[in-house]
Amino acid sequence: MILIAEYGHILIILACMFGFFVAWGLGANDVANAMATSVGSRALTIRQALMIAVVFEFAGAYLAGGEVTSTISKGMIDASMISPDLLVLGMLASMLATGIWLLLASLKGWPVSTTHTIVGAIVGFAAVGVGVDSVHWGKIGGIALSWVLSPALAGIIAFMLFRSVQMFILSADDPFAKAQKLVPFYMFYAGFFVSLLIMLKGLKHVGVDLEAWQSIAIAVLIATAVALFGKFLLTRVKPSSDEKASRFADVERVFAVLMIFSACAMAFAHGSNDVSNAVGPLAAIVGVVGSGKIAAQTAVPSWVLLLGAVGLVTGLVTLGYKVIATIGKKITELTPSRGFAAELAASSTVVMASAFGIPLSTTHALVGAILGVGMARGIGAIDLRVVGSIFATWIITLPAGATLSIIFFFMFKGMFAG
Amino acid sequence: MLGTHSLTQLFARSPIKPLQEHMGSVVSCAEHVIEFFKASNNGDWQRAAECYQYIKKLENQADDEKKQIRLQLPRSLFMAIPRNDLLTMVSHQDKVANISKDIAGLMLGREMQFPESMRDDVMFFVESALAVVWKAKNVIDELDELLETGFSGKEVETVKRLVSTLGHLEHDNDDIEIKIRAQLRKLEAKLPPVDVVFMYKIIDQIGKLANSAQKVGDHVHVIVAR
Repeated sequence: MILIAEYGHILIILACMFGFFVAWGLGANDVANAMATSVGSRALTIRQALMIAVVFEFAGAYLAGGEVTSTISKGMIDASMISPDLLVLGMLASMLATGIWLLLASLKGWPVSTTHTIVGAIVGFAAVGVGVDSVHWGKIGGIALSWVLSPALAGIIAFMLFRSVQMFILSADDPFAKAQKLVPFYMFYAGFFVSLLIMLKGLKHVGVDLEAWQSIAIAVLIATAVALFGKFLLTRVKPSSDEKASRFADVERVFAVLMIFSACAMAFAHGSNDVSNAVGPLAAIVGVVGSGKIAAQTAVPSWVLLLGAVGLVTGLVTLGYKVIATIGKKITELTPSRGFAAELAASSTVVMASAFGIPLSTTHALVGAILGVGMARGIGAIDLRVVGSIFATWIITLPAGATLSIIFFFMFKGMFAG
Repeated sequence: MLGTHSLTQLFARSPIKPLQEHMGSVVSCAEHVIEFFKASNNGDWQRAAECYQYIKKLENQADDEKKQIRLQLPRSLFMAIPRNDLLTMVSHQDKVANISKDIAGLMLGREMQFPESMRDDVMFFVESALAVVWKAKNVIDELDELLETGFSGKEVETVKRLVSTLGHLEHDNDDIEIKIRAQLRKLEAKLPPVDVVFMYKIIDQIGKLANSAQKVGDHVHVIVAR
């Protein structure tokens, strides 16, 4: 308590800086994973991808990031077992650890998940720095389970989505006409999921509170509007000359329009789930310093989410767009009809997780979705060694996050309390 | 600043294009057998030798492409077309080029000419073998459309029809082979026996050429039947 009384302001400023640092790192690096399929399938230009990312990552973070942020800030540790001072220092250490690990991984090109890092960091300082009992191991177990289940779920959804495309559109006599007719339904699906999440979880900041049925109804309305808008956009896609070579090229152009919507969903989902990695600890610190004790039910303040969202976007426009460009250029074997299935599946999975406050890796969900499309024989060749290496990174990331966090925790403890 | 990003390496290069390019080399190689026969029938052994050199060059090219394909198919690739099926198709394709080279090489070495009364029929036989090869190429060319539709629907029907035609062409080739053999049998008593033995061998090889080409197309049928 003494610590907070004496250093309260400094700690908050430090926390904001660290939180912004991590959020910046997310925007500079992690967002590229979410936008990779859109740019790689040539459905979007870098510029379009950047604009969509800026708007929808921000929206996802601010309007839908509250639940996961809440989990990160107080859902994983038993606040009653940690003194407020130590909690503040631990959360600071966690943020710094995550930011540094993310920076290192970016420089080296490792595909690490910030979610895994922050969870490892928080569990690390709590278990080692305070005591094993201070961690809600049940909750951690549940989160770990969702890390395994989410790529599988995304894979199943992606498989079903692509199968439906195969059955109803690609194998038809006139795929182009069928695509024009049926793609708006996929647009509805994308719009529905995103709107529903916003309605159910995101409007509390704005002071609006709705019943469940009202949220669903409004989401349906918005999704319908989205689908109609999409249908309008599709009328501007005309079939080109009648050569056989361009038969499927035309269909792919229809799906490219659909990818605009799935890219928005992807950016939104990513923002809603990953902003917590940056500002979850910040929210915890603010809560503790403000009230002097840890209140289990304090809602996450809007300005915290806003800081995260701004940090994300800043990272995006300063460095992120370059990463997106690099990735986009290098992916050559993906077409929109596959890309959208992977994106919609991944974003639905992540959006559902965000609604329930479960932090997970967007990248893993996307890889799972891509595998799902591959299982439906939609992709020429997927390198399973790369899949393995992406999924295996958590083995290194969890301990790395924990170790760095523990080091910084004891460092801060020495600096402030010694 | 940043290392190679893993997501870019996730999508490995599709093996279909290299397969189609290999088939292209194989077809060019086989086509020159017709030129070779024209030259050898006229007794123009210099031209025939040139044709043989060209066939040999293309066969080497196909060989290199085949090796490249094999190198780029590690077991860790998860593909829409199973690895074994791809490797089998490449082998059958490559065999067509090998047989083409063998035919031209053998005939050149012996300055072999079929009896004059048979020459037109033999030419017809060779052309019918080439028809099988060209049809097989049509089937291989459909592979990227097949992948696009995810091996379903109308495209599968198209491929099945092509493979059926391929089968008919190969049967026609078989029938012609029987007729050619019968013709040679009538004439063989009046011809140098060693030459006759090699003539039968060449007839056999031409039949095998068509056979290998048909196996390529047939294998595509196996892939879509799953």
